[in-house]
Amino acid sequence: MVDLDQGRQPVPATHSSPGRPADGTEVGLPPRDLKQSWGTVILWAVVLGLLVWSWEGADMRPEELVANSANMARYLQGFLQPDFYDWPIYLEEMIITVQIAIWGTALAVLCAIPLGILSSENIAPWWIYHPVRRLMDAFRAINEMVFAMLFVVAVGLGPFAGVLALWIHTTGILAKLFSEAVEAVDPRPVEGIKAVGANWNQEVIFGVVPQVLPLWISYSLYRFESNVRSATVLGIVGAGGIGQILYESIRGFYYGETAALLLIVIVSVTLLDILSQRLRKMVI
Amino acid sequence: MTPSQNGVRPMAAITVRNLSKTFSRRGKALDDVSLVVQPGEMVGMIGASGSGKSTLIRHISGLLVADRGTGGQIEVLGTPVQQGGSLNAGARFTRARVGVVFQQFNLVGRLSLLTNVLLGALGRIPSWRGSLGWFTRAEKLAAMQALHQVGMADFATQRASTLSGGQQQRAAIARALVQQAEIVLADEPIASLDPKSARRVMEILAHINREFRITVVVSLHQVDYAFAYCPRTVALRDGRIVYDGPSTALTPKFLTDLYGAQSEELILPGAYGQGRDEAAAEPAPIGRPATATAIAG
Repeated sequence: MVDLDQGRQPVPATHSSPGRPADGTEVGLPPRDLKQSWGTVILWAVVLGLLVWSWEGADMRPEELVANSANMARYLQGFLQPDFYDWPIYLEEMIITVQIAIWGTALAVLCAIPLGILSSENIAPWWIYHPVRRLMDAFRAINEMVFAMLFVVAVGLGPFAGVLALWIHTTGILAKLFSEAVEAVDPRPVEGIKAVGANWNQEVIFGVVPQVLPLWISYSLYRFESNVRSATVLGIVGAGGIGQILYESIRGFYYGETAALLLIVIVSVTLLDILSQRLRKMVI
Repeated sequence: MTPSQNGVRPMAAITVRNLSKTFSRRGKALDDVSLVVQPGEMVGMIGASGSGKSTLIRHISGLLVADRGTGGQIEVLGTPVQQGGSLNAGARFTRARVGVVFQQFNLVGRLSLLTNVLLGALGRIPSWRGSLGWFTRAEKLAAMQALHQVGMADFATQRASTLSGGQQQRAAIARALVQQAEIVLADEPIASLDPKSARRVMEILAHINREFRITVVVSLHQVDYAFAYCPRTVALRDGRIVYDGPSTALTPKFLTDLYGAQSEELILPGAYGQGRDEAAAEPAPIGRPATATAIAG
């Protein structure tokens, strides 16, 4: 510790004492900004206030965790013997889950490219980017589970409803992320392209897209990961995937089967996360 | 449709009449500027930072529009670019005939040098083909030829971002060549370059001016380069043209008279003498040291 501190001493300190540089003038600490310290106090007060205010509404009952600990232990016991008897079905359902995520993400990426560009301040005029952004807000605001329920009614039970749900919700998210990347581009190459007499399309294609492509790919892969996770619960509302048998086994108190299903989900999601992380590192 | 080359030279390459531009934050950037550049000229434009050089160049290429209702007007190659504060409908096609070289090169860093240079053709080829990035073999060969002209053919497949400033700037000039620009507007092309790269870029600009009869307007921060490469210099101060005439008249004393304290910014200590020596050492009149071998090497 002492060594480290000494190593960090600035060079002038070797020939003049700290706080008193060579020219003899006293260097003190900057005066404390009263406004800033009050700001910190108020900020913490607000945070604490929010937590207290939410206690009742969130039905916080930590004592139950202790009181029912025996029940909980029994519950957990059931999970300790995973039942892989039906594993081919589980695996098949997991693959369908991933397939739902693949199509949902792919369609979303396709739509998010134009919509993302159109909701960028530096590319589109305000009367385009404002309405497009609000539409994307709506896509994002509604959870994929809600979309899934709506689509189950529209197109019937099964994975297709799940694909549609992921598609719409992810389009809203990716369009926002894509447009943030577009708004951060260096305007100079775009101007360079404009100056050769290119049209608006060409400015975007050659000036903007090459700059944002690595980020776009990275965001898309990340959303794919998230969509696999989301797709595991879509089955609860009948929109296909492993969620359906998971829900049934939980409701039927089949702890062993539930544990097996959860393990399959954990392993698949982890593998896909690692894979997509590798891919993302490659493009950035 | 690009206006066809009918052999008859338009009267002037660039005509600027009574141009004024006011920025909301910085105030008046250009104040009633008028300027005529004849085809085949190489004109230096000097002035301290904030004197309006870049603003003027960006107006000529139609990247900025003048103040509304001031009657400012710009014609390039006989075609109006903007008047009274609004861009003409065909400005994009005029832009295609004017190459712009920027201080920060404005190449697309993640694209190869060859692609960057090919993009110069976008204004000339059908837009569907341009948008898809389909370039013909002839266009690619022309781009390679242009890269060769600026001594960058060996780097054609490298990403622009991997190259030095001087190399990128040479590629930017190659882009203007592929564009078949009749005018090249260079906006502080050497301000971010080391002296050696700066000379190289200036030589290439002088070369394309001499060999291809391309009209060149180049804004410069340091007066020695104007003195060495441009027969004619336009001097700006606070958005007004304060001198327009032969560069030979630009002695340090004259500049001090023109700019007062600002002249220190234009004549960097030491740099001026150095530029003078080089200009004097070259046999070319009014210092145009560019030679074909220097370009190819």
